[in-house]
Amino acid sequence: MEILVCVKRVLDTSENEIELNREGTGIELDEAVYSINEPDNYAVEEALQIVARVGGKVTVVTVGGEDDEEVLRREMAMGAQQGVLLSDAAFNGSDAKGVATILKSFVQKGAYHLILTGVQADDGGAQVGGMLAAMLDYPFASLVNSIEVLPGKLKISREIEGGNREINEIELPCVLSIQTGINEPRYVGMRGIRAVASVPISTYGASELQIDPGTVGKLAAKVKRLDYFVPTLGKGAEMLDGGREDNVERVTELIAAKGGLR
Amino acid sequence: MTARIFAYVMHKAGVVDDSAAELLAAIKQIDAAAAPTAIVSGSGAELDSACSSLCAFYPEIWKISNAALSYPNAELIRKALVKLLPPGAILLLAHEHFGIDLAPGLSIRLNTAFVPDALAIAGRVGVLLNVVRQEFGGQISANVECDISSGVVLTVRPGAFKPPVIAPANGNVVDKSGEVGALTSGRRYVETVMAESGEVDITKHSILVSVGRGIQEKDNLSIAQDLAEALGAAVSCSRPVVDAKWLEKSRQVGSSGKTVKPKVYLACGISGAFQHLAGLKGSPFIIAINKNPKAPIFQVADIGIVDDILEFLPELTSKVRELRSKAA
Repeated sequence: MEILVCVKRVLDTSENEIELNREGTGIELDEAVYSINEPDNYAVEEALQIVARVGGKVTVVTVGGEDDEEVLRREMAMGAQQGVLLSDAAFNGSDAKGVATILKSFVQKGAYHLILTGVQADDGGAQVGGMLAAMLDYPFASLVNSIEVLPGKLKISREIEGGNREINEIELPCVLSIQTGINEPRYVGMRGIRAVASVPISTYGASELQIDPGTVGKLAAKVKRLDYFVPTLGKGAEMLDGGREDNVERVTELIAAKGGLR
Repeated sequence: MTARIFAYVMHKAGVVDDSAAELLAAIKQIDAAAAPTAIVSGSGAELDSACSSLCAFYPEIWKISNAALSYPNAELIRKALVKLLPPGAILLLAHEHFGIDLAPGLSIRLNTAFVPDALAIAGRVGVLLNVVRQEFGGQISANVECDISSGVVLTVRPGAFKPPVIAPANGNVVDKSGEVGALTSGRRYVETVMAESGEVDITKHSILVSVGRGIQEKDNLSIAQDLAEALGAAVSCSRPVVDAKWLEKSRQVGSSGKTVKPKVYLACGISGAFQHLAGLKGSPFIIAINKNPKAPIFQVADIGIVDDILEFLPELTSKVRELRSKAA
């Protein structure tokens, strides 16, 4: 099975604080750490496991610039056979539809049976996979948390409310967005990344993909981010700012006051 | 601008989702004078019952009755909506597993803009709609501007819009089933498999020691288990802990896990993504401990402590044990 996995390099927010710049127009990047979008890692692992069972090849693709090659290399170190970078000045400022348009043009150059994305990226939108499927007229399923390969089709489950699972059969070719937890992504060490450091990455621009620059990028974007701000959702917690000993004491009292230590 | 505004409303066995009223609240923020249409699909008596509940909220209800839609297969419903919606329509639906499945592709088919997971409508100037979203797991909000001149599909975060107090709408049900025709898709719904119950029922505990990514590794779970034991509580968790296979799915609190109603909720190393908070009901007293002072959990917690749970929790456990032994 020929599998294409769409991946994205994102700010690593799992362990790191995010700072806004003074104008609120962007994220302070001086000390920012980047990583592969976590759900994409599960998507690549799933692709590798499918290929291990039924044969085939895994290609990873991203839309971006030179800096984004590092996530392609990381996923190639996991075992993806090919990395593809879709890069062009005309792509800058694309909204989700623009990104889906770029990916669609690349998909149409190949012959993929299965296209995977992570369930969502740093913007939490969960949009590109479903858009790509609609552009290609392929069936789509989101939040996929298991895949079984059957002749000409897949048996998949989707994560729905309460941890319940919705089982579907879906014809190939199709697009699936992969939920975290579907598998245990393999570990990639520095050695693995070094081993693929000199494997060539194919790069395609707008003209090679026959993309009309007017359909992507900033000018085509119907959705634009104006600025960022730090949210205030609730009333905010009462922050305990004593030393640890005081805080422990206070929490114990509070739990007791709420009837917790009877 | 007089774009027609629609809400696609889910129902379960004829009982309409909470989003019916929340979507209406969002619509009123887009256009206070809107006379929106609710769209509901399904079959049989369940569909009729959903339609009659919607009459209380919406002036008009479009009913799509089709045996193929007795289970809400997003692939089929997308096709039905493409046939029914007029050009330039504004369509709202809830940002949950169904909306995520349906909406992005629908916006492509309708050739409209798409804004996912809206938290608030900030305003509208002509064809430009301003929407508030969140990025980076809720750590940062963003003002987003969307050109809705050719319509928009907007998914709305469940719980973000307060249901409005409204006069009964005495809605009129319009049967659109005939306009939809036969529906087929390359994706077929087979069945729903219910979640396993697990050995510990976290929904029955009044205190939960809940751990997130901050627990860092599986071996550290004993720290939370020790505290839970001292408190007579149960250990629950957020999604990353289940993804890493450190605890079973039945321990997960959230929209894709369990809904819990404890009296006290100790959120330990949990960032506080909305999907997690959606599993917390009954206004528990939330004590949050997190290394990151900007973690969204601090916005909703009652008490917040910026500290490393790996150091804080063992000291808390000792203190609780000390009190227990004094009391005994």
